[in-house]
Amino acid sequence: MLFNNHFSVLLIVLPLMAAPICVILRNPKASWLVALISNLIIVLLSLSLLSHVLNGNVVRYELGGWAAPTGIEYYIDGINAVLISIVSIISLVTLIYSKQSIRKEIATPRHYLFYAGWLLCLTGLLGILITGDAFNVFVFLEISSLSMYMLIALGSERRQALVASFRYLILGSIGASFILLGIGFLYAATGTLNMSDIAERLPLVNNSRTVIVGFSFITIGLFIKTAMFPVFSWLPNAYQFAPSAVSAFLAGTATKVSLYIFLRFFYHIFGTDYSFGNLLLGDVLLPLAVIGFFVMSVVAIFQTDIRRVLAYSSIAQIGYIFAAISMATEQGLTAGIIHIINHAFIKTALFISVGCILYRYGTANINQLNGIIKTMPWTCAAFIVAGFSLIGVPLTAGFVSKWYLVSAAIDSGWWLIAVMILTSSLMAIIYIGRIVEVFCFKTGDATNSLKVKEAPFSMLLPLWFLIIVSVYTGINGDVVVDMAKFSATQLLDSLPSLSNSIGNPL
Amino acid sequence: MLKRNVQQRHRVVQVITKFLIPMILLFAFYVQFHGDFGAGGGFQAGVVFASVFILHGLIFGEARTRLVLTPNTLRVLMSLGLLLYAGTGVVSLLLGGNYLNYSVLLSNPVSGQHWGIFVVELGVGITVAAVMVSLFYCFSSKRNFVGHISHPIDENELNSDG
Repeated sequence: MLFNNHFSVLLIVLPLMAAPICVILRNPKASWLVALISNLIIVLLSLSLLSHVLNGNVVRYELGGWAAPTGIEYYIDGINAVLISIVSIISLVTLIYSKQSIRKEIATPRHYLFYAGWLLCLTGLLGILITGDAFNVFVFLEISSLSMYMLIALGSERRQALVASFRYLILGSIGASFILLGIGFLYAATGTLNMSDIAERLPLVNNSRTVIVGFSFITIGLFIKTAMFPVFSWLPNAYQFAPSAVSAFLAGTATKVSLYIFLRFFYHIFGTDYSFGNLLLGDVLLPLAVIGFFVMSVVAIFQTDIRRVLAYSSIAQIGYIFAAISMATEQGLTAGIIHIINHAFIKTALFISVGCILYRYGTANINQLNGIIKTMPWTCAAFIVAGFSLIGVPLTAGFVSKWYLVSAAIDSGWWLIAVMILTSSLMAIIYIGRIVEVFCFKTGDATNSLKVKEAPFSMLLPLWFLIIVSVYTGINGDVVVDMAKFSATQLLDSLPSLSNSIGNPL
Repeated sequence: MLKRNVQQRHRVVQVITKFLIPMILLFAFYVQFHGDFGAGGGFQAGVVFASVFILHGLIFGEARTRLVLTPNTLRVLMSLGLLLYAGTGVVSLLLGGNYLNYSVLLSNPVSGQHWGIFVVELGVGITVAAVMVSLFYCFSSKRNFVGHISHPIDENELNSDG
């Protein structure tokens, strides 16, 4: 595939320039078109980047022509390239979906702002993934977060959406401040902001309190940003009250990108031995992750709004991913990355199908949607397939990730964890099964209104694209698994070996 | 009538403001264009520049400032500033350098760097000034900044939701 080093920077520049063009155009259709075309080009660029990186190359791009430790450098290896492709594909798919859905959710004069915000959010997310500079990560994190707050606030239930957005703003800013301070401490200790450079210099100052404080600040900041178990409270409301296209986009990308920062910092910059060996990050991560996926699965069972069920389920899935990451083994990391990829597609599909229901029925309350499979067969079928995938039924993408998750846990000798993962999958059966039961087997008010039609084609197309992708990766899991293995080994190899000569830092 | 009285009472302030406005503007331009030799730059200059309009709004009423600098102009200006910045980078890409490598902009790398930072800072200045003034509009009026007034249907739509 055609590849040029400049592709990496174009990934950021295109959406960044398309956003102000949307604002100038100020026309709903034109700005949608601008967003769509730029996003399409981004997908092509990212796929070319992915194929280049999967051949074993690492892309390094010096911004402004300034060499690495002085200037900002873009650094792309396996994990970045994979996630860049996923974020851009999900953005494209949800963007196609958004055209119809926001008609009912957002007042027309605001549509151009929606697309401008969307493109800025995409800029931020891709920027986080692409950059090799620790401070630049923070800058892009703020770009993506600020535009996300704005997108969430556009939700159709104005008052709740504003409150949800404000809450996310407060917590997100606290998280970002922790990350910024942490990066500041690292800078103070090492005198550099370039990630690879920090990773090289850290072993010399590992024992200093500055580094340990920076480490813990970054950990806490990322916990908030990823909606880790005790600090997740911004997520359910944000996902519920955001416009449905935005929740679909966020559910697939936002927390995944924060997880990427986590992987980059603790596997690459600090190094596995230091993070998990000396500072015992795994011991903090694992209990929280396990409690997280267990408790959140239980909470999801008792929700009445489908979007809330999915939101709590998202937090549970973050728990799985963190449990996998905390193993600090190659298998664990691979399982985590596989689940990041698969869950991104599954959750986006689920949120899009709920969005379709919302588009026709105006509600996502489980008690008012009895027997809607008769009126919206394609949407419900998609929901059911994606729901099965979330549970981990064989032949779906979810099965592949659960399989690797459980076998990684068993490889590490964590039998109890493996059992708990399976138990909480049973709870997923309950909360998804409950919705499926309402959709298929209950009769009630919703069936009376047979006038309601199936969702428009332009909404079903992106939905079924995601479903087909997730079923395909379920049947032929090798595609995702190979990419995840490749990125995991690269992430583990890229770290300098620092197992020698480090005592207990405390 | 009351309004007129208020206007008259603030005559002194108004006259002084009229004196100050060109000077502040001049200072803003100085900070902007002298930024690459001394202290200053696009960000500071943008804020100083915007402070003129904020001052005008505070003294003469925000409605009159809106006539001078309409929200629509601001919308275009803040986008143009960003495009100017990002566009400079694209030009350097097209001239064969890395993104935002100013050295390739002119045949002489030093003056290329000079002009590059000059244009980029101008973009920053325009965007910052426009954003500052629009923030002031947002907080000082009950109307929606983004120009929704021209769409009465929209207002109803939004009200019915909340």
